[in-house]
Amino acid sequence: MNPVYADHIATTPCRPEVFEAMKPYFMEHFGNPLSLHDFGQTARDAIEAAREQVAGLIGAKTEEILYTSSGTESCNFAIKGMTHAYQKKGRHIVTSSVEHHAVANPVKFLEKNGCEVTTIPVDSAGRVDPDQVARALRDDTALVSIMLANNEIGTIQPVAEIGRITRERGIVFHTDASCAVGNVPVDVEALQVDALSLSGHKFFGPKGVGALYLRKGTRITPLIHGGIQEGGRRAGADNVPGIVGLGAAAVLAREEMNDRVARVTDLRNRLISGILERVDEITYNGHPELRLPGNVNIAVNYVEGESLLLLLMHKGILASSGSTCTSRALKASGVLTAIGLSEQACQGSLQMTLGPGNTDAEVDYILDVLPEIVSKLRAMSPLYHRKD
Amino acid sequence: MLYSEQVMEHFMNPRNVGELENPDGVGQEGNPTCGDVMQIHIRVVDGTIADCRFKTFGCGSAIAISSQITEMAKGKTLEEALAITKEDVASQLGGLPPQKMHCSNLGAAALRKAIEDYMARRPAELVQ
Repeated sequence: MNPVYADHIATTPCRPEVFEAMKPYFMEHFGNPLSLHDFGQTARDAIEAAREQVAGLIGAKTEEILYTSSGTESCNFAIKGMTHAYQKKGRHIVTSSVEHHAVANPVKFLEKNGCEVTTIPVDSAGRVDPDQVARALRDDTALVSIMLANNEIGTIQPVAEIGRITRERGIVFHTDASCAVGNVPVDVEALQVDALSLSGHKFFGPKGVGALYLRKGTRITPLIHGGIQEGGRRAGADNVPGIVGLGAAAVLAREEMNDRVARVTDLRNRLISGILERVDEITYNGHPELRLPGNVNIAVNYVEGESLLLLLMHKGILASSGSTCTSRALKASGVLTAIGLSEQACQGSLQMTLGPGNTDAEVDYILDVLPEIVSKLRAMSPLYHRKD
Repeated sequence: MLYSEQVMEHFMNPRNVGELENPDGVGQEGNPTCGDVMQIHIRVVDGTIADCRFKTFGCGSAIAISSQITEMAKGKTLEEALAITKEDVASQLGGLPPQKMHCSNLGAAALRKAIEDYMARRPAELVQ
């Protein structure tokens, strides 16, 4: 039996159509888009076509898309670059307590270097309260950065409401949409954001390529200085095959969006309701509806996440966990702590993220295997006392 | 793979899981680093560990270490069992990843507590 891949939040497989589109740009059309000659023109045409495709996926204008190497680079670019560009306003940043490291760590870096940071907490479903964001805004607030969808619990934030507030106050707003774009409909006009980060490999594109949407008229200081690529805002020879792949993935996502959401939501609902029927003493983390379609995040009481992962892996099921023991840094997931889970509950964290390639049979298989695995580990756990 | 074959073998087929009826000594150790908890029961006959059982809440290495240390302790005198170090357990398992070395301490510490519990219950035998 093939492995059951239930870790789409970590990365997704590159779609064959995407790979095919990329192929000619490694050897045949290898030109540098900055070159004046024909080879340069071919490469230039390719990345500009892709820019239109990426813009089309999120309702942006073509010239508002800047290519980067990853979602992480996009977030760093937005946070450092916008804070720097708007420093005359002040050096205050507003963010949330559940951001990915790609946002949390650049913010921490800026805090060490003289910025003031207000971190908005979340409720038990992982949601930020927009009113709390409004109250945190100050005259010297340079930037607000709050994610669109959480990478662990899948919770979707009220970004459009926050966008309305920041726009009224004339403060620039970045959202890290790396986990959302390509998996749920995203429209920069509806969200009223000034900057948005996205990543190719999260929606069946290649790794090593991302983009930053930057609303026309929004200022940013480059993170990478050098040549005049991306209008001088992001230097370095363009990753032409990667960019072409990003564009192809964006086209597929746009065409398949409704089907993807419907199909994956259905798989997820079957998986979570099946688990809750079969295994007792489980918490379902995140928001019941306002979450990424494929995200199932649970805490299994009395057992530890890495043990769960290893036994699942033995049965061919590939998942992830936010437990201390799974992390190389030996730190429990900050997101699970932020939604109020106890230290012990964090230890039993199990995250399964489904994609449109998963099947009903795979969900049935997980539901077959998981209860036995939990029983085996609970029988070994000194914390578990069976209630017969 | 993160773990050695020996670790995975013990993790998949752990030895001596469970509890003893009326154990002679019980030791429980918690790990402040990661929250793992290990419990060891021992049966002592003529100053030797005749039987040993464990229950563990923890990761793959914590469970493998529990299984390994119960195997190592069986048949040893109390003195020999007390001399088992975390390095001994780790090396029997073909080594542990650096970030998992703290787990191996848990096994030795839980076993030590079980022996100390036994000794505290039988002060007369210590006089001999």
